[in-house]
Amino acid sequence: MAQAVPAEQKWWSGGKSPFNVEYGKLMMWYFLMSDAFTFGAFLISYGTIRFSSNNWPDPNEVFQSFPGLGSGYPLAFVSLMTFILIISSVTMVLAVQAGHAMDKKSVIKYLIWTIIGGLAFLSCQAWEWTHLHHEGAWWGSNPFLNMDGTKASTNFTNFFFTITGFHGFHVFSGVIINIIMLIMTINDVFERRGHYLMIEKAGLYWHFVDLVWVFVFTCFYLI
Amino acid sequence: MSNEATVHGHSEVTTHEVHHDDHHGHHHQDTFITKYIFSQDHKMIGKQFLITGIVWAIIGGLFSVLFRLQLGFPDQSFPILEDLLGSKWAAGGKIQPEFYYALVTMHGTVLVFFVLTAGLSGTFANLLIPLQIGARDMASPFMNMLSYWFFFLASIVMISSLFVQTGPASGGWTSYPPLSALGDASEGSKAGMDLWLVSMALFVVSSLLGGLNYIATILNMRTKGMTMTRLPLTIWALFFTAVLGVLSFPVLFSGFILLLFDRHAGTSFYLSDIFLASTQKPLPNEGGSAILYQHLFWFLGHPEVYIILLPAMGMASEILSTNSRKPIFGYMAMIASLFAICVLAFLVWAHHMFVTGLNPFLGSFFVLLTLLIAVPSAIKVFNWLTTIWRGNIRFTPGMLFALGFISMFISGGLTGIFLGNSTLDIHLHDTMFVIAHFHIVMGVASFFGMFAGVYHWFPKMFGRYLNNTLAYIHFWITLVGAYLIFWPMHYEGLAGMPRRYLDVSGWVSFNQFDGLNRFISIVSIIVFAVQLLFVFNFFYSIFKGRRVKTPNPWGSNTLEWTTPINPGHGNWEGEIPEVHRWAYDYGKDGRDFIPQTEPVSATESKH
Repeated sequence: MAQAVPAEQKWWSGGKSPFNVEYGKLMMWYFLMSDAFTFGAFLISYGTIRFSSNNWPDPNEVFQSFPGLGSGYPLAFVSLMTFILIISSVTMVLAVQAGHAMDKKSVIKYLIWTIIGGLAFLSCQAWEWTHLHHEGAWWGSNPFLNMDGTKASTNFTNFFFTITGFHGFHVFSGVIINIIMLIMTINDVFERRGHYLMIEKAGLYWHFVDLVWVFVFTCFYLI
Repeated sequence: MSNEATVHGHSEVTTHEVHHDDHHGHHHQDTFITKYIFSQDHKMIGKQFLITGIVWAIIGGLFSVLFRLQLGFPDQSFPILEDLLGSKWAAGGKIQPEFYYALVTMHGTVLVFFVLTAGLSGTFANLLIPLQIGARDMASPFMNMLSYWFFFLASIVMISSLFVQTGPASGGWTSYPPLSALGDASEGSKAGMDLWLVSMALFVVSSLLGGLNYIATILNMRTKGMTMTRLPLTIWALFFTAVLGVLSFPVLFSGFILLLFDRHAGTSFYLSDIFLASTQKPLPNEGGSAILYQHLFWFLGHPEVYIILLPAMGMASEILSTNSRKPIFGYMAMIASLFAICVLAFLVWAHHMFVTGLNPFLGSFFVLLTLLIAVPSAIKVFNWLTTIWRGNIRFTPGMLFALGFISMFISGGLTGIFLGNSTLDIHLHDTMFVIAHFHIVMGVASFFGMFAGVYHWFPKMFGRYLNNTLAYIHFWITLVGAYLIFWPMHYEGLAGMPRRYLDVSGWVSFNQFDGLNRFISIVSIIVFAVQLLFVFNFFYSIFKGRRVKTPNPWGSNTLEWTTPINPGHGNWEGEIPEVHRWAYDYGKDGRDFIPQTEPVSATESKH
């Protein structure tokens, strides 16, 4: 019964956090798990509809434009976007690292780089959306033909705009969070607290958003 | 009979007040607003959830009375209904078809989400988690407050949907597309449906904020000595409830977003090949799948029934053990079966979809997994029965409701085995049998758990008792009434009488049930009236009930009874007590009960 677990067991005996983290970080992890289910539901819905369709447009045909260069560069632009987002994850790691070292100046520097990376990604997405919109693509309208040349259903664009939009909204809120973190850092809030844990939590969120992009990227652009 | 008499027999009369109400004077000044409205005290937030839940329960219950009038008396008119509801919804005193569907939809939505999710786990998770694990408050009191206010916002939006011109959502509490996706398809799919979706989205946010808090608090904030296996079973149940909510509500949320796009952005996620009779137009949508929505919905929808049921199970375990003066039987088995239910809850959703055209081969897996849930459920039932077996039972109102919970859970659970078989389900799915099954096992059983909790912890919430006489009247009429209402529905369902229908009098084969339907309707009005008696008791007793004179009126082991009678924000006045044993040392070594805070002595016998 209650004695099945020895009372002197170290981490779970109460009075301390079993994972040695404060509650906010624990909540962030559980929130990310929850959010993963949101994206999971979206991507599985996408898969369900795609595999129940007879045919589907070819991403290499759809996504082949590059700003300033015109078309004929399949997946080049989205690769750039992905690269930018992944680099912003690297700068976020550096900001967290600097926070551990209580190095306020570096935290500010790397946070600014992360924010720039996020904004750059969002700008790229805005350009891509505008471009596709000019080609006639939107929720409920799909100008692209299936791989076999037949007329496609609108679900290609429906899912594309919904899911990349939902992801873009996450990036946007991540940028807002990072800006708040930046302001708090500049105002010495974390110096007074004696730790930069908030940066770490913002970092968790940011990495999660990047990780989700890897899946979104795979599902919409690669397969 | 007074509670002291129930609890202590005739001998013991405690007269001295152990603590006074105003001991927490050292706290910063609380204004009315910070204390009662934007409170961050988990106990106050729990009460806010409870009272909002009670208001919703009255509204949702009243809806059922209204549509029972239609089902029981399809050929009669009630002019008073036209006076009250206007000629649009009740022309000539007869409930109009659109209104009937709005009523059943809102009854389901309100009771499943607003009463039995927010009102039940919102109340008791908030009240009990910090008190029973030995914490001053939730991990984040602020987020906890937000959780309530998002629920409140969701409530406001849902209430307002009742008053829009085209009426509230009326496509059933599940809101299946294509009906829910096409505003032209019915009145209830217009503005009411949008408000329904917005309200539910706010509700998901509330549930997420609450759930994250409950999990973080239980894992991180247990007092010294409170190992996971010393937690009362209420806490384990609330923990798994929170996990279920955090992982299943987001999927519903995704489903809702796609539905909103289908409604307003011309997408075809759920729509394909539709000809709309009302406008005589074929729709351009193709490639979507209405079944997809059902998968997304029931991926929440099935865990949801356990979100509703698990807190009731946890509270029943606690109350049964306390009032039998015996340790809970099979504590570890209880946790294991809660865990098993929690895992299986995610793997059985398609048993709600056997008749949608699901691949029968796939269906057979869901049959197997569904029937597997009978194993942990049976373990729990046998453990409860063994707990009260030869116990020194005190029939307090809380205990009676906990016993009623077991009764309901067994009766309703057994019919679940019928419905879990896909072949039987083909016959039973759209009949009153399903109504009988889920109302007993999920609706009434959880309500009994909730009432048990309210009667048991009311002294902790308000420092006063509920009136026992009214409580006993409430219990017996509700228990007998619930069976009289729902038991006959099994027969109607087996005979094929469809659910959801406005009027079945057109079928000669169901005319035999006319009398039975009238009977059910009359009983449901009586039972509803008795719930109002409870509501009266509740509010009357908050202000005028008998005062609690001892901090531990039920002779209970758990930590919440070591706080002052009216604990302030922070719960304990001095140090938080340390825990030395599990919560169920009742009737041990000749002692009636040994609180968790008492160190294990060298001479004490082992379990």
